Amino acid sequence: MNCEEAEVLVHALIDGELDAGHAREVEAHIEGCAHCAALMKEYQEIRQAIAESDVRYKAPLELRRKIEKSLPQPQAAPTRRSVLRGFAMGSAVSAMAATGLVAIVLRNDDEQRVENEVVSAHLRSLQAGHLIDVVSTDQHTVKPWFNGKLDVSPPVIDLTAQGFTLIGGRLDYVNAREIGAVVYKRRQHVINLFVAQTASTERKSAKISTLQGFNIRRWSDRGLNYWAVSDLGADELTEFGDKFESAMHANKEG
Amino acid sequence: MVVKASQDDPEKARRFREAALPYLDDAYTLARYLLRDAADAEDAVQECYLRAFKHFDSYRGPAMKPWLFAILRNVCRAEYARRKTAPTAVEELPEGGDQTPLWNEAPETPEKQLLRRFDGDTVRKLVAALAEPFRETFVLREIQNLSYREIADVAAVPVGTVMSRLARARAMLRSAWLAEQEQVK
Repeated sequence: MNCEEAEVLVHALIDGELDAGHAREVEAHIEGCAHCAALMKEYQEIRQAIAESDVRYKAPLELRRKIEKSLPQPQAAPTRRSVLRGFAMGSAVSAMAATGLVAIVLRNDDEQRVENEVVSAHLRSLQAGHLIDVVSTDQHTVKPWFNGKLDVSPPVIDLTAQGFTLIGGRLDYVNAREIGAVVYKRRQHVINLFVAQTASTERKSAKISTLQGFNIRRWSDRGLNYWAVSDLGADELTEFGDKFESAMHANKEG
Repeated sequence: MVVKASQDDPEKARRFREAALPYLDDAYTLARYLLRDAADAEDAVQECYLRAFKHFDSYRGPAMKPWLFAILRNVCRAEYARRKTAPTAVEELPEGGDQTPLWNEAPETPEKQLLRRFDGDTVRKLVAALAEPFRETFVLREIQNLSYREIADVAAVPVGTVMSRLARARAMLRSAWLAEQEQVK
Protein backbone atom coordinates (compact mmCIF):
# COMPACT_ATOMS: atom_id res chain seq x y z
CA MET A 1 0.00 0.00 0.00
CA ASN A 2 1.28 3.46 -0.86
CA CYS A 3 0.80 6.75 1.00
CA GLU A 4 -1.87 7.97 -1.39
CA GLU A 5 -4.11 5.00 -0.61
CA ALA A 6 -3.26 5.04 3.06
CA GLU A 7 -4.19 8.72 3.35
CA VAL A 8 -7.76 7.83 2.38
CA LEU A 9 -8.08 4.53 4.20
CA VAL A 10 -6.60 5.85 7.42
CA HIS A 11 -9.89 7.69 8.02
CA ALA A 12 -11.93 4.55 7.72
CA LEU A 13 -9.46 2.96 10.14
CA ILE A 14 -9.96 5.78 12.65
CA ASP A 15 -13.72 5.45 12.26
CA GLY A 16 -13.68 1.70 12.70
CA GLU A 17 -15.24 1.21 9.27
CA LEU A 18 -12.55 -1.00 7.72
CA ASP A 19 -12.81 -4.76 7.49
CA ALA A 20 -10.09 -6.73 9.23
CA GLY A 21 -8.08 -7.39 6.05
CA HIS A 22 -7.85 -3.74 4.99
CA ALA A 23 -7.29 -2.60 8.56
CA ARG A 24 -4.21 -4.84 8.76
CA GLU A 25 -2.89 -3.47 5.48
CA VAL A 26 -3.27 0.14 6.58
CA GLU A 27 -1.74 -0.60 9.97
CA ALA A 28 1.20 -2.32 8.27
CA HIS A 29 1.77 0.74 6.07
CA ILE A 30 1.57 3.11 9.03
CA GLU A 31 4.06 1.08 11.02
CA GLY A 32 6.61 1.56 8.27
CA CYS A 33 5.76 5.16 7.36
CA ALA A 34 6.47 7.96 9.81
CA HIS A 35 4.65 10.48 7.65
CA CYS A 36 1.34 8.59 7.61
CA ALA A 37 1.70 7.63 11.27
CA ALA A 38 2.08 11.27 12.27
CA LEU A 39 -0.85 12.28 10.07
CA MET A 40 -3.05 9.65 11.64
CA LYS A 41 -2.09 10.87 15.09
CA GLU A 42 -3.04 14.43 14.14
CA TYR A 43 -6.37 13.36 12.70
CA GLN A 44 -7.12 11.46 15.87
CA GLU A 45 -6.21 14.48 17.99
CA ILE A 46 -8.44 16.78 15.95
CA ARG A 47 -11.22 14.26 16.20
CA GLN A 48 -10.79 14.07 19.96
CA ALA A 49 -10.70 17.87 20.25
CA ILE A 50 -13.94 18.16 18.32
CA ALA A 51 -15.64 15.47 20.36
CA GLU A 52 -14.71 17.34 23.52
CA SER A 53 -15.66 20.84 22.43
CA ASP A 54 -19.07 22.38 22.28
CA VAL A 55 -19.75 22.31 18.54
CA ARG A 56 -23.44 21.58 18.72
CA TYR A 57 -26.33 24.01 18.64
CA LYS A 58 -29.46 23.95 20.75
CA ALA A 59 -32.72 24.39 18.86
CA PRO A 60 -34.39 27.65 19.91
CA LEU A 61 -37.49 27.24 22.03
CA GLU A 62 -39.44 29.20 19.45
CA LEU A 63 -38.66 26.52 16.85
CA ARG A 64 -39.81 23.75 19.17
CA ARG A 65 -42.99 25.72 19.81
CA LYS A 66 -43.68 26.20 16.10
CA ILE A 67 -43.23 22.51 15.40
CA GLU A 68 -45.40 21.49 18.35
CA LYS A 69 -48.09 23.87 17.14
CA SER A 70 -48.09 22.37 13.67
CA LEU A 71 -48.81 18.87 15.04
CA PRO A 72 -52.24 17.68 16.15
CA GLN A 73 -52.41 18.36 19.87
CA PRO A 74 -52.16 15.42 22.26
CA GLN A 75 -54.98 16.77 24.47
CA ALA A 76 -57.43 16.02 21.69
CA ALA A 77 -57.25 12.20 21.97
CA PRO A 78 -60.51 11.88 20.03
CA THR A 79 -60.41 8.15 19.46
CA ARG A 80 -60.69 7.14 23.09
CA ARG A 81 -62.87 10.07 24.08
CA SER A 82 -65.39 9.73 21.30
CA VAL A 83 -65.79 6.04 22.05
CA LEU A 84 -66.47 6.80 25.68
CA ARG A 85 -68.72 9.71 24.85
CA GLY A 86 -70.78 7.46 22.62
CA PHE A 87 -71.07 5.00 25.45
CA ALA A 88 -72.07 7.81 27.80
CA MET A 89 -75.06 8.67 25.65
CA GLY A 90 -76.74 5.41 26.73
CA SER A 91 -78.35 6.58 29.94
CA ALA A 92 -77.87 9.06 32.74
CA VAL A 93 -76.38 6.37 34.95
CA SER A 94 -73.89 5.14 32.43
CA ALA A 95 -73.17 8.77 31.52
CA MET A 96 -72.05 9.44 35.07
CA ALA A 97 -70.09 6.25 35.19
CA ALA A 98 -68.51 7.09 31.87
CA THR A 99 -67.53 10.58 33.02
CA GLY A 100 -65.63 9.05 35.88
CA LEU A 101 -64.17 6.51 33.54
CA VAL A 102 -63.02 9.19 31.10
CA ALA A 103 -61.32 11.05 33.90
CA ILE A 104 -59.59 7.94 35.17
CA VAL A 105 -58.57 6.60 31.80
CA LEU A 106 -57.28 9.92 30.58
CA ARG A 107 -55.56 10.81 33.80
CA ASN A 108 -53.58 7.59 33.91
CA ASP A 109 -52.79 7.85 30.27
CA ASP A 110 -51.77 11.50 30.57
CA GLU A 111 -49.68 10.95 33.67
CA GLN A 112 -47.76 8.16 32.00
CA ARG A 113 -47.17 10.22 28.88
CA VAL A 114 -46.13 13.32 30.80
CA GLU A 115 -43.75 11.24 32.89
CA ASN A 116 -42.21 9.94 29.69
CA GLU A 117 -41.83 13.49 28.51
CA VAL A 118 -40.23 14.83 31.67
CA VAL A 119 -37.70 12.00 31.52
CA SER A 120 -36.97 12.90 27.87
CA ALA A 121 -36.61 16.55 28.87
CA HIS A 122 -34.26 15.49 31.68
CA LEU A 123 -32.16 13.47 29.22
CA ARG A 124 -32.04 16.37 26.76
CA SER A 125 -30.91 18.68 29.52
CA LEU A 126 -27.93 16.45 30.27
CA GLN A 127 -26.43 16.95 26.82
CA ALA A 128 -23.51 19.34 26.81
CA GLY A 129 -24.56 22.96 27.12
CA HIS A 130 -28.26 22.23 27.48
CA LEU A 131 -28.73 22.11 31.22
CA ILE A 132 -29.15 25.72 32.20
CA ASP A 133 -30.39 28.90 30.52
CA VAL A 134 -29.77 31.06 33.56
CA VAL A 135 -26.77 30.08 35.63
CA SER A 136 -27.00 31.14 39.22
CA THR A 137 -26.88 29.75 42.69
CA ASP A 138 -28.94 32.73 43.85
CA GLN A 139 -32.70 32.18 44.01
CA HIS A 140 -33.22 35.94 43.66
CA THR A 141 -31.60 35.78 40.23
CA VAL A 142 -33.23 32.59 39.00
CA LYS A 143 -36.80 33.42 40.01
CA PRO A 144 -37.08 36.81 38.25
CA TRP A 145 -35.49 35.28 35.15
CA PHE A 146 -38.67 33.22 34.61
CA ASN A 147 -40.84 36.34 34.73
CA GLY A 148 -42.50 37.03 31.41
CA LYS A 149 -41.27 33.73 29.99
CA LEU A 150 -43.98 31.54 31.49
CA ASP A 151 -47.57 31.86 32.63
CA VAL A 152 -46.52 30.65 36.06
CA SER A 153 -43.75 31.69 38.34
CA PRO A 154 -41.97 28.53 39.47
CA PRO A 155 -40.95 28.67 43.10
CA VAL A 156 -37.17 28.79 43.33
CA ILE A 157 -35.86 27.73 46.70
CA ASP A 158 -32.29 27.64 47.87
CA LEU A 159 -31.68 24.23 49.41
CA THR A 160 -27.90 24.48 49.67
CA ALA A 161 -28.02 24.25 53.44
CA GLN A 162 -30.04 21.03 53.05
CA GLY A 163 -27.44 19.52 50.73
CA PHE A 164 -29.03 20.31 47.36
CA THR A 165 -27.28 23.09 45.47
CA LEU A 166 -29.33 25.36 43.26
CA ILE A 167 -27.43 25.77 39.98
CA GLY A 168 -29.90 27.55 37.72
CA GLY A 169 -33.06 27.52 35.66
CA ARG A 170 -34.17 26.63 32.18
CA LEU A 171 -37.19 26.80 29.90
CA ASP A 172 -38.21 23.43 28.57
CA TYR A 173 -40.99 21.83 26.61
CA VAL A 174 -43.23 19.15 28.10
CA ASN A 175 -46.70 18.06 27.08
CA ALA A 176 -46.61 20.45 24.12
CA ARG A 177 -46.20 23.39 26.49
CA GLU A 178 -43.42 25.53 27.81
CA ILE A 179 -42.45 24.57 31.29
CA GLY A 180 -40.03 25.88 33.89
CA ALA A 181 -37.19 23.70 35.10
CA VAL A 182 -35.26 24.58 38.24
CA VAL A 183 -31.96 22.74 38.34
CA TYR A 184 -30.26 21.41 41.45
CA LYS A 185 -27.22 19.29 42.04
CA ARG A 186 -26.28 16.84 44.73
CA ARG A 187 -22.72 15.67 44.35
CA GLN A 188 -22.49 14.91 40.62
CA HIS A 189 -26.20 14.16 40.25
CA VAL A 190 -28.48 16.60 38.46
CA ILE A 191 -32.03 17.10 39.65
CA ASN A 192 -34.45 18.77 37.28
CA LEU A 193 -37.50 20.13 39.05
CA PHE A 194 -40.20 20.72 36.43
CA VAL A 195 -43.02 23.03 37.43
CA ALA A 196 -46.28 23.47 35.51
CA GLN A 197 -49.61 25.05 36.20
CA THR A 198 -52.63 22.82 36.83
CA ALA A 199 -56.32 23.65 36.91
CA SER A 200 -56.79 21.82 40.18
CA THR A 201 -55.65 23.44 43.43
CA GLU A 202 -56.01 20.16 45.26
CA ARG A 203 -52.91 19.07 47.09
CA LYS A 204 -51.65 15.69 45.92
CA SER A 205 -49.02 13.97 47.97
CA ALA A 206 -45.87 12.68 46.43
CA LYS A 207 -45.58 9.56 44.32
CA ILE A 208 -42.29 8.03 43.34
CA SER A 209 -41.92 6.16 40.08
CA THR A 210 -39.06 4.89 37.97
CA LEU A 211 -38.71 5.24 34.22
CA GLN A 212 -35.70 4.33 32.04
CA GLY A 213 -33.55 4.16 35.16
CA PHE A 214 -34.52 7.61 36.42
CA ASN A 215 -36.55 8.30 39.52
CA ILE A 216 -39.46 10.72 39.36
CA ARG A 217 -41.09 12.27 42.38
CA ARG A 218 -44.37 13.87 41.43
CA TRP A 219 -46.64 16.01 43.60
CA SER A 220 -49.11 18.88 43.35
CA ASP A 221 -49.56 21.85 45.60
CA ARG A 222 -51.48 25.10 45.32
CA GLY A 223 -52.19 24.97 41.63
CA LEU A 224 -48.76 23.71 40.57
CA ASN A 225 -47.65 20.28 39.43
CA TYR A 226 -44.09 19.26 40.25
CA TRP A 227 -41.89 16.55 38.79
CA ALA A 228 -38.44 16.07 40.27
CA VAL A 229 -36.35 13.87 37.96
CA SER A 230 -32.91 12.53 38.71
CA ASP A 231 -30.63 9.53 38.61
CA LEU A 232 -30.36 9.90 42.38
CA GLY A 233 -31.72 6.98 44.39
CA ALA A 234 -35.38 7.05 45.36
CA ASP A 235 -34.44 7.73 49.00
CA GLU A 236 -32.39 10.84 48.19
CA LEU A 237 -34.94 12.13 45.71
CA THR A 238 -37.63 11.70 48.37
CA GLU A 239 -35.40 13.65 50.74
CA PHE A 240 -35.10 16.40 48.14
CA GLY A 241 -38.88 16.59 47.66
CA ASP A 242 -39.53 16.60 51.39
CA LYS A 243 -37.00 19.37 51.97
CA PHE A 244 -38.45 21.38 49.10
CA GLU A 245 -42.01 21.00 50.33
CA SER A 246 -41.20 21.88 53.92
CA ALA A 247 -39.21 24.92 52.74
CA MET A 248 -42.24 25.97 50.67
CA HIS A 249 -44.48 25.71 53.69
CA ALA A 250 -42.01 27.55 55.89
CA ASN A 251 -41.94 30.33 53.27
CA LYS A 252 -45.69 30.54 53.19
CA GLU A 253 -45.94 30.78 56.96
CA GLY A 254 -42.94 33.05 57.35
CA MET B 1 -59.34 13.55 1.71
CA VAL B 2 -58.08 10.37 3.28
CA VAL B 3 -54.51 11.63 3.68
CA LYS B 4 -55.74 14.64 5.60
CA ALA B 5 -57.67 12.50 8.03
CA SER B 6 -54.65 10.36 8.86
CA GLN B 7 -52.52 13.49 9.31
CA ASP B 8 -54.88 14.69 11.97
CA ASP B 9 -54.57 11.45 13.85
CA PRO B 10 -53.35 12.41 17.34
CA GLU B 11 -52.05 8.89 17.87
CA LYS B 12 -49.80 9.35 14.86
CA ALA B 13 -48.79 12.75 16.25
CA ARG B 14 -47.92 11.17 19.59
CA ARG B 15 -45.77 8.49 17.95
CA PHE B 16 -44.13 11.10 15.76
CA ARG B 17 -43.36 13.32 18.77
CA GLU B 18 -41.75 10.45 20.60
CA ALA B 19 -39.75 9.28 17.60
CA ALA B 20 -38.69 12.56 16.00
CA LEU B 21 -38.64 15.36 18.55
CA PRO B 22 -35.68 13.99 20.53
CA TYR B 23 -33.58 14.75 17.42
CA LEU B 24 -34.61 18.38 17.20
CA ASP B 25 -31.27 19.67 18.48
CA ASP B 26 -29.40 17.32 16.12
CA ALA B 27 -31.46 18.49 13.17
CA TYR B 28 -30.98 22.12 14.11
CA THR B 29 -27.22 21.58 14.48
CA LEU B 30 -27.01 20.01 11.03
CA ALA B 31 -29.07 22.82 9.48
CA ARG B 32 -26.85 25.44 11.13
CA TYR B 33 -23.77 23.89 9.54
CA LEU B 34 -25.38 23.33 6.16
CA LEU B 35 -26.94 26.79 5.84
CA ARG B 36 -24.61 28.82 8.10
CA ASP B 37 -27.50 31.07 9.07
CA ALA B 38 -29.60 30.82 12.24
CA ALA B 39 -32.90 32.03 10.78
CA ASP B 40 -32.62 29.88 7.63
CA ALA B 41 -31.72 26.88 9.78
CA GLU B 42 -34.81 27.41 11.89
CA ASP B 43 -37.05 27.59 8.81
CA ALA B 44 -35.42 24.52 7.29
CA VAL B 45 -35.88 22.41 10.42
CA GLN B 46 -39.50 23.45 10.73
CA GLU B 47 -40.10 22.50 7.10
CA CYS B 48 -38.24 19.23 7.66
CA TYR B 49 -40.50 18.28 10.57
CA LEU B 50 -43.60 19.18 8.59
CA ARG B 51 -42.52 16.95 5.73
CA ALA B 52 -41.39 14.20 8.07
CA PHE B 53 -44.77 14.17 9.80
CA LYS B 54 -46.54 14.07 6.46
CA HIS B 55 -44.48 11.06 5.40
CA PHE B 56 -44.33 9.43 8.80
CA ASP B 57 -46.79 6.73 7.69
CA SER B 58 -44.28 5.49 5.15
CA TYR B 59 -41.39 5.53 7.62
CA ARG B 60 -40.16 1.95 8.14
CA GLY B 61 -36.93 2.61 9.92
CA PRO B 62 -34.32 1.56 10.64
CA ALA B 63 -33.02 4.72 12.32
CA MET B 64 -34.98 7.94 12.76
CA LYS B 65 -32.00 10.28 12.75
CA PRO B 66 -30.68 9.54 9.24
CA TRP B 67 -34.25 9.48 7.93
CA LEU B 68 -34.87 12.98 9.28
CA PHE B 69 -31.48 14.16 8.03
CA ALA B 70 -32.21 12.98 4.49
CA ILE B 71 -35.38 15.08 4.51
CA LEU B 72 -33.59 18.03 6.07
CA ARG B 73 -30.82 17.84 3.50
CA ASN B 74 -33.35 18.07 0.68
CA VAL B 75 -34.92 21.11 2.31
CA CYS B 76 -31.48 22.70 2.60
CA ARG B 77 -30.68 21.98 -1.04
CA ALA B 78 -33.85 23.80 -2.02
CA GLU B 79 -32.59 26.70 0.05
CA TYR B 80 -29.22 26.59 -1.79
CA ALA B 81 -31.14 26.78 -5.06
CA ARG B 82 -33.12 29.75 -3.80
CA ARG B 83 -29.96 31.55 -2.72
CA LYS B 84 -28.41 30.90 -6.10
CA THR B 85 -31.10 32.94 -7.80
CA ALA B 86 -31.15 35.54 -5.03
CA PRO B 87 -29.05 38.68 -5.62
CA THR B 88 -26.62 37.75 -2.86
CA ALA B 89 -25.66 34.35 -4.19
CA VAL B 90 -24.02 32.09 -1.67
CA GLU B 91 -22.05 28.94 -2.24
CA GLU B 92 -23.93 26.01 -3.72
CA LEU B 93 -23.39 22.28 -3.47
CA PRO B 94 -21.23 21.64 -6.52
CA GLU B 95 -22.33 18.66 -8.57
CA GLY B 96 -19.43 16.27 -8.84
CA GLY B 97 -17.25 18.77 -7.00
CA ASP B 98 -15.45 15.93 -5.32
CA GLN B 99 -14.34 14.38 -8.61
CA THR B 100 -11.12 16.38 -8.40
CA PRO B 101 -8.10 14.33 -7.36
CA LEU B 102 -8.24 13.59 -3.70
CA TRP B 103 -5.23 15.46 -2.52
CA ASN B 104 -3.00 16.84 -5.22
CA GLU B 105 -0.09 17.92 -3.15
CA ALA B 106 1.25 16.05 -0.20
CA PRO B 107 -0.08 17.66 2.98
CA GLU B 108 2.37 19.69 5.03
CA THR B 109 4.64 17.63 7.17
CA PRO B 110 2.85 16.62 10.33
CA GLU B 111 3.73 18.86 13.24
CA LYS B 112 6.02 17.66 15.95
CA GLN B 113 4.25 19.57 18.69
CA LEU B 114 0.79 18.77 19.96
CA LEU B 115 -2.15 20.28 18.22
CA ARG B 116 -3.58 23.22 20.03
CA ARG B 117 -7.00 22.97 21.61
CA PHE B 118 -9.47 25.67 20.64
CA ASP B 119 -12.66 26.83 22.29
CA GLY B 120 -16.04 25.76 20.90
CA ASP B 121 -16.60 28.94 18.91
CA THR B 122 -13.30 28.58 17.08
CA VAL B 123 -13.92 24.92 16.29
CA ARG B 124 -17.42 25.75 15.00
CA LYS B 125 -15.92 28.47 12.82
CA LEU B 126 -13.29 26.12 11.38
CA VAL B 127 -15.89 23.45 10.58
CA ALA B 128 -18.32 25.99 9.13
CA ALA B 129 -15.58 27.26 6.81
CA LEU B 130 -15.22 23.88 5.06
CA ALA B 131 -16.54 23.84 1.51
CA GLU B 132 -19.48 21.70 0.50
CA PRO B 133 -19.96 18.76 0.08
CA PHE B 134 -17.09 18.12 2.48
CA ARG B 135 -18.66 20.09 5.33
CA GLU B 136 -21.84 18.06 5.14
CA THR B 137 -19.97 14.75 5.19
CA PHE B 138 -17.76 15.91 8.02
CA VAL B 139 -20.62 17.14 10.22
CA LEU B 140 -22.61 13.94 9.67
CA ARG B 141 -19.60 11.89 10.72
CA GLU B 142 -17.93 13.89 13.50
CA ILE B 143 -20.79 15.81 15.06
CA GLN B 144 -23.75 13.54 14.34
CA ASN B 145 -21.85 10.23 14.65
CA LEU B 146 -23.46 8.62 11.63
CA SER B 147 -21.88 5.53 10.08
CA TYR B 148 -20.51 5.68 6.52
CA ARG B 149 -23.53 3.69 5.33
CA GLU B 150 -25.94 6.14 6.97
CA ILE B 151 -24.08 9.14 5.55
CA ALA B 152 -24.21 7.54 2.12
CA ASP B 153 -28.00 7.15 2.47
CA VAL B 154 -28.50 10.71 3.69
CA ALA B 155 -26.39 12.24 0.93
CA ALA B 156 -27.55 9.73 -1.71
CA VAL B 157 -24.00 8.82 -2.78
CA PRO B 158 -21.97 5.58 -2.71
CA VAL B 159 -20.01 4.72 0.43
CA GLY B 160 -16.76 5.17 -1.53
CA THR B 161 -17.68 8.80 -2.14
CA VAL B 162 -18.33 9.26 1.57
CA MET B 163 -14.83 7.94 2.27
CA SER B 164 -13.10 10.23 -0.19
CA ARG B 165 -15.12 13.26 0.88
CA LEU B 166 -14.34 12.60 4.51
CA ALA B 167 -10.63 12.25 3.74
CA ARG B 168 -10.73 15.59 1.91
CA ALA B 169 -12.73 17.21 4.68
CA ARG B 170 -10.33 16.10 7.40
CA ALA B 171 -7.28 17.15 5.36
CA MET B 172 -8.87 20.57 4.78
CA LEU B 173 -9.80 20.95 8.41
CA ARG B 174 -6.32 19.95 9.48
CA SER B 175 -4.78 22.65 7.26
CA ALA B 176 -7.24 25.22 8.61
CA TRP B 177 -6.51 24.09 12.16
CA LEU B 178 -2.76 24.48 11.67
CA ALA B 179 -3.24 27.88 10.02
CA GLU B 180 -5.39 29.06 12.93
CA GLN B 181 -2.78 27.76 15.33
CA GLU B 182 -0.12 29.71 13.45
CA GLN B 183 -2.24 32.86 13.63
CA VAL B 184 -2.94 32.86 17.33
CA LYS B 185 0.63 32.00 18.22
